[in-house]
Amino acid sequence: MKKDKTMKLSMPIEEYMGPGHLACQGCGAPLAMRYVLKALGPKTALCIPACCWSVIDGPFPHSALDLSIFHCAFETAAASASGLKAGLEMTGDRETTVVAWAGDGGTFDIGIQALSGAAERNEDIIYICYDNEAYMNTGIQRSSATPYGAWTTTTPVKHFKSRPKKDIDAIMAAHRIPYQATASIGYAEDLFKKVKKAKDIRGTRFFHVYAPCPAGWKSRPEDTIKLARLVVQTGIFPIFEMENGENCTLNIKVKERKPVKDYIRLQGRFRHLTEEEVQRIQDDVDARWARLLKMCGA
Amino acid sequence: MKKVIMGNHALSWGAQLGRAQVIAAYPITPQTQVVELLSEMCASQALNAKFIKVESEHSAMAACLGASLAGARTFTATSSQGLALMHELLHWASGGRLPVVMGNINRAMAPGWSIWTDQNDSLSQRDTGWMQYYCASNQEVLDTTIQAFKVSEALAIPSMVILDAFALSHTYEVVDIPDQDKVDKYLPPFRPKLRLSSDDPHAFGGLTSPEHYYELRYKLQKDMERAPALIEETGREYEKMFGRRLGLAEDYQCSDAEILFITSATAGYTARVAVDALRAEGIKAGNLRLRVFRPFPFDKVREVARRAGRVAVVDRNLSWGCHGIFYQEVKSALYGHTDGLPVTGYVAGLGGRDITPETFKEIARDALSRKKNEPAEEIVWIGVKR
Repeated sequence: MKKDKTMKLSMPIEEYMGPGHLACQGCGAPLAMRYVLKALGPKTALCIPACCWSVIDGPFPHSALDLSIFHCAFETAAASASGLKAGLEMTGDRETTVVAWAGDGGTFDIGIQALSGAAERNEDIIYICYDNEAYMNTGIQRSSATPYGAWTTTTPVKHFKSRPKKDIDAIMAAHRIPYQATASIGYAEDLFKKVKKAKDIRGTRFFHVYAPCPAGWKSRPEDTIKLARLVVQTGIFPIFEMENGENCTLNIKVKERKPVKDYIRLQGRFRHLTEEEVQRIQDDVDARWARLLKMCGA
Repeated sequence: MKKVIMGNHALSWGAQLGRAQVIAAYPITPQTQVVELLSEMCASQALNAKFIKVESEHSAMAACLGASLAGARTFTATSSQGLALMHELLHWASGGRLPVVMGNINRAMAPGWSIWTDQNDSLSQRDTGWMQYYCASNQEVLDTTIQAFKVSEALAIPSMVILDAFALSHTYEVVDIPDQDKVDKYLPPFRPKLRLSSDDPHAFGGLTSPEHYYELRYKLQKDMERAPALIEETGREYEKMFGRRLGLAEDYQCSDAEILFITSATAGYTARVAVDALRAEGIKAGNLRLRVFRPFPFDKVREVARRAGRVAVVDRNLSWGCHGIFYQEVKSALYGHTDGLPVTGYVAGLGGRDITPETFKEIARDALSRKKNEPAEEIVWIGVKR
């Protein structure tokens, strides 16, 4: 007779996001939300500025989430969340976790002032940036999170983006907030674990979550998870956490980094890049990786 | 308790007596004393509130909206460039039906840099869906702040309490500061019908199709139309409790006015001095000071103007390429109601140039020199150096 086998779940079975959302096929953003909410639970409220998620949630009177949402102005995620947290506390609710949930445009670009202000004040909020590396909701325009070499509708092939992605993690580290982390939807348990940890920390907590966008990257929807793992395994998007802008810990240790080519060649947005240009990306990743290892004391 | 305080501190006292729970503000001249005193009130726990010291006016209003959505009574104060920076979120406040109360110190817009009073900052926000109160004394600033919370919360529409830079903001006057327990009776705690809570999840302000948006704005206007009666009613209630009437407008010597000034803010008090002087000279002058600009007090303006010989609207503001803004609004209110009544628009005091009783005498002389059937269509500029 066979022994009963029980599978141990790495995440709670409870869902706070319904299946009836409006994300594109293969979108990484709903996965990020789903994992994060599993870690935070029902006593959570979200401030969502203009971004893909303001559409993904569904139009009035529908909502894909079983949680309260304040749909706020584009550049105000961190400020709205600061106010919401203060308002909840003053009306007797000290328990609810307030989350600012913004895309890369709303974080790296238009929302960076409010984010910097909230971080400097050490507001008791969790700020989560799901990064799909361009203004995808408006139709694939470049943001300061768009990486070197990428095509977007405002960086056409003949004028592809020539500047590197803004280092938002270093910017946040400079604010010396209690907790910050990078994560990828390709490493769900890592994201879940760190959000759960962050939930019990007071003050400003910042997550930079990598979330592929097949529509904008010209990648296959079925490659989303593959890309979200390759970006880590190549060292392009290292997964780490920091406390007070220090004590950097590498969470996903990559022993043998894969060549960036493996990641680049799965995406149409990089199709025009020559071997030399890909090598340039490789050299940059190598240098940054070495710096990160040094910072992590590894 | 009577105290000699500046106009800015009258706003702070209004917020404290109104028991604001969350304050988010950013400093700007000539508003700074409002937030300085509020910081002290919060630090000494005279006021039990969270004060979020944000990095911009835009974030100040954003934080107020978040707090208001949570069901907290919220207050902020700004001026001029700061108000302009908030513009996007002023729509968000009214569209989201969040009854934030904000002090705005009227200050002329740059360039050139000006810190002195005129009304173009607040009147540029005319169509954002905020109620606008223009105050003429420090007492009125304090009283109006308390009333504004009550009216705003009843209608779920935000309010701006507006005072002139320096002429009021930095001018010290005797102000009667009401007892807290009496204010508490007048203004009960904020208990919104709907608020953001994790116990009863709702999404606020999400994507709204043409199927629904129109009705949301219809409801905003319908509630705004309830405001004039409510302002009068809460103003009478205030008078009963505190002895001071807070209505839509204040008329002074209007019943037999041959020349009726229509004014606002501190210029409206200066006008009363001019009315007395003109009457001493045998000229029957009167003054209607509009205390509330949004909602526009149509009935009150029609009722008072109907009895006047002629009307002179005095604007410390201008809609470029058009006319003084109060003038346009008064004319449109009177259209079809007062046939043949001459209405002339005067622009004075832009960028903080003084408006004195002499200004009004000059306006009266000009208005009375014009044939009744030939009112000036063009702007009449007072005191401009050509």
